[in-house]
Amino acid sequence: MNPENTAKAIVTVRYKDGVLDPQGATIQRALSDLGMNGIQGVRTGRTFELQLSAGATRDLVERACRALLANPVIESYDIEMRA
Amino acid sequence: MKFGVVVFPGSNCDFDAFAAIRDVLHQPVEYLWHADSDLKQCDCILLPGGFSYGDYLRAGAIARFAPVVEKVVEFARDGGAVLGICNGFQILLEVGLLPGAMLKNSHLRFVHRDVILRCENRTTPFTCGLPDGALLRMPVSHGEGNYFAPPNLLAEIEERGQVVFRYTDESGVPAPGANPNGSIHNIAGICNEQGNVVGLMPHPDRATEPVLGSTDGIAMFASCVTSLQGTACEA
Repeated sequence: MNPENTAKAIVTVRYKDGVLDPQGATIQRALSDLGMNGIQGVRTGRTFELQLSAGATRDLVERACRALLANPVIESYDIEMRA
Repeated sequence: MKFGVVVFPGSNCDFDAFAAIRDVLHQPVEYLWHADSDLKQCDCILLPGGFSYGDYLRAGAIARFAPVVEKVVEFARDGGAVLGICNGFQILLEVGLLPGAMLKNSHLRFVHRDVILRCENRTTPFTCGLPDGALLRMPVSHGEGNYFAPPNLLAEIEERGQVVFRYTDESGVPAPGANPNGSIHNIAGICNEQGNVVGLMPHPDRATEPVLGSTDGIAMFASCVTSLQGTACEA
């Protein structure tokens, strides 16, 4: 299987609003220390690139997100399907 | 009664828990392999600390799909006594036996030091033998122990008395400086609504003999023996 030729789903998982993101806060301070004062806040997240078999649906990706990729207590997710 | 200690790939406190039961408490104890679907008639299940499955994705996120964990979930839903220590607590959160979630420590560093815990719920099998207002000393050792619950859930947890342990100073006050990881409301350990499932980040398994610096942890395991044998544990 050549990953370049397969359909993909790009899943972005990020902390929900109101959830402390200490890594994001630290990165924001570092950017500020570098003089980039226009960046007021940083929220970190995680991207998953899923290579899909023919016929795999968005519903399957949704199930993967709910079962494993995101923890619904603290995280939300977005799915982008790419043919 | 018999204890079972679950062993995942990456568990590293399984022997600490095993030794606490066998060598200090002198009770029967067996290892339970993650790939097995058999709890070997154990009466109390201990999920030990460590880095199960390398803590990939999120701490405890992969371990929850281990065959033995399915059995632990059934056992817990039937009222069985389950204690999750550190990584074991993280697994109990991920599998949904306990409410809330774990974030990285607020200071982003791995923290290893002794903490003081105030017991706030003596209705669980693991705390019913503790004296009222007990303060326990034991170590924490984790990078992802910053307990979080969204406001509504947190209010429910507090209202139902599901906070079992809080980080406090030496006089039992939950001061900010006593909190090693940024946990909300200084929460160190919680239980489910029924009280039979308890998780905590600190390590009672590493506070069981004088040479370890504290023996306060053994009371939690002893409490479980007393509770399950049905004697003397009135809360």
